[in-house]
Amino acid sequence: MDFYFGLAQIFGVHTLLGLSAYVVLLTGQVSMAQAGFYAIGAYTAGAMTAMFGLHILPAIVIAGLVSAAIACIVGFPALRVKGLMLVVATLAFGEMVRLFFFNLSWQVERGGELFGPDGAEGFRSIRYFPENGWEVWHVTVFIWIVVAVVMAALWWMDRTRAGAVLRAVGHDEVAAQSIGLNLTAVKVGAMTAGGFIAGLGGGIYAHTVTHIEHGVFGVLLATFAIAYPILGGLGSVFGTLLAVLFIQGFLIEGLRFMGDWRSLLFGALIVLAMNLRPNGLLGEHAPRLKSILRLGKPAPDSLETKDAN
Amino acid sequence: MLTLQSLSKHFGGVRAVDDISLTIKEGEIFGLIGPNGSGKSTTINLITGLYAPTTGTVTLDGYDLTAMAQHERTAMGVARTFQNIRLFGNLTVAQNLWVAQNGHEQRRAHFLPRWFKAGGEHGPDIEELLKFSRLHSKRDVQASALSFGEMRRLEMARALASNPRVLLLDEPAAGASQEDGQLLAERIRDVRDRGVTVLLIEHMMELVMGISDSIGVLNFGRKIAEGSPAEIQANQDVRAAYLGSKHKDEDLIHA
Repeated sequence: MDFYFGLAQIFGVHTLLGLSAYVVLLTGQVSMAQAGFYAIGAYTAGAMTAMFGLHILPAIVIAGLVSAAIACIVGFPALRVKGLMLVVATLAFGEMVRLFFFNLSWQVERGGELFGPDGAEGFRSIRYFPENGWEVWHVTVFIWIVVAVVMAALWWMDRTRAGAVLRAVGHDEVAAQSIGLNLTAVKVGAMTAGGFIAGLGGGIYAHTVTHIEHGVFGVLLATFAIAYPILGGLGSVFGTLLAVLFIQGFLIEGLRFMGDWRSLLFGALIVLAMNLRPNGLLGEHAPRLKSILRLGKPAPDSLETKDAN
Repeated sequence: MLTLQSLSKHFGGVRAVDDISLTIKEGEIFGLIGPNGSGKSTTINLITGLYAPTTGTVTLDGYDLTAMAQHERTAMGVARTFQNIRLFGNLTVAQNLWVAQNGHEQRRAHFLPRWFKAGGEHGPDIEELLKFSRLHSKRDVQASALSFGEMRRLEMARALASNPRVLLLDEPAAGASQEDGQLLAERIRDVRDRGVTVLLIEHMMELVMGISDSIGVLNFGRKIAEGSPAEIQANQDVRAAYLGSKHKDEDLIHA
């Protein structure tokens, strides 16, 4: 049973990682820096609990805020470049973060034991959960509450002007500027929000594995981060969740029995999925929950049309 | 009201706009015409800030816009449409207008959902604009699903939603039929009657001659004439630029 809870934990933190890229992708920016923000969140939250003895909640919030602040600072210069150049610039930032933690050694003594990141050895003993008697299923529920809160916040944002503004910028920057939107503010805002979510995810991840090292925050993780919203589609937050389940659940865990052939099939299935659903698994315009629940009845849109005529 | 002072834009050696000075008066419809490549669209792009001018200034009511970013110019009251329609196809009709509303009320309601009534105080209300553009029945339709004519109307409504003082229309009749042209002329007059000054760039000569209070003519990036429609029709330089000097009067009108 613990195996499945463990899986659910991986799905949860990867959903947060994917959602952080989703927000940025809404404005049309492909950011490979999300793994970097995730790493910053992981090391920060780990330091907060293991080195300074904080509770898990403030620790992950601080991790989110630190990642958000760095995302904001990085956003200003990075978002001046577009398309492939942005991919390269954010990729470079991600590698910079990874190499920073590769070299970072900073340990403090607590109860006769050293805690903190130790360069290539990584950051060991982030044992907040076992030390405080959390069982695996407690942790799993905690993770999914955070995921649910973040998804609800983004779902809410999509129903406000803020969401429409992000999508407008993502669709056509020239038109967005012509109607008075400040592109820099919108893009940096999205980057900051994405940084916060990635920081939360990283902070939780550090505590589920208890030992983090620079290697896991590399290009592969950055690619996963951006693959989730692209594969899932930008219609709604549920696309990203579905893509995480598809990639982590089906492609990685579900196909484990295939041994070495899995990697080969992995790529092929993603290519196939993108060809069958070019706008993502849920498409760009996901069906509204409202119209799904009202199956059989005419959609509210068509009623309004009749009234107006 | 809107003044262009010795405005130039050079792309390498090409003088797309060369030392143009124009004054557009408050409340008028100003037509800007000229053959293809004469610098009309570049002029609009200089006014909205999409391009930075090589030399010269753009002022609105005495405020110098030249150094302002595009969104700041919009806040000052400059709005535009595009020759090749640029809507937010991934948003609904109402959302297209919503994002263009930039008043304080909308900013305060930035994170409130769409059923929360925002606006009114600053700039036109979305419902009113939908009625004005005869798009009320399409308010929740994806903008990419509209017909060509509806897209043109929505784009103009979106520009109006930013509460402009001057509206720049870049070939609004492109791709429209003669009848559509008539309707368009009425719409442009309606816009003017809302108190918005209009700068109209257009190829459809009938439309420009019919509704403009003043007309400016560009050729090879330079202004070759400015005056009332009657004066422009009688102008030899304009005729030469458009048709070669040997053609008759009517040809200009039906060009």
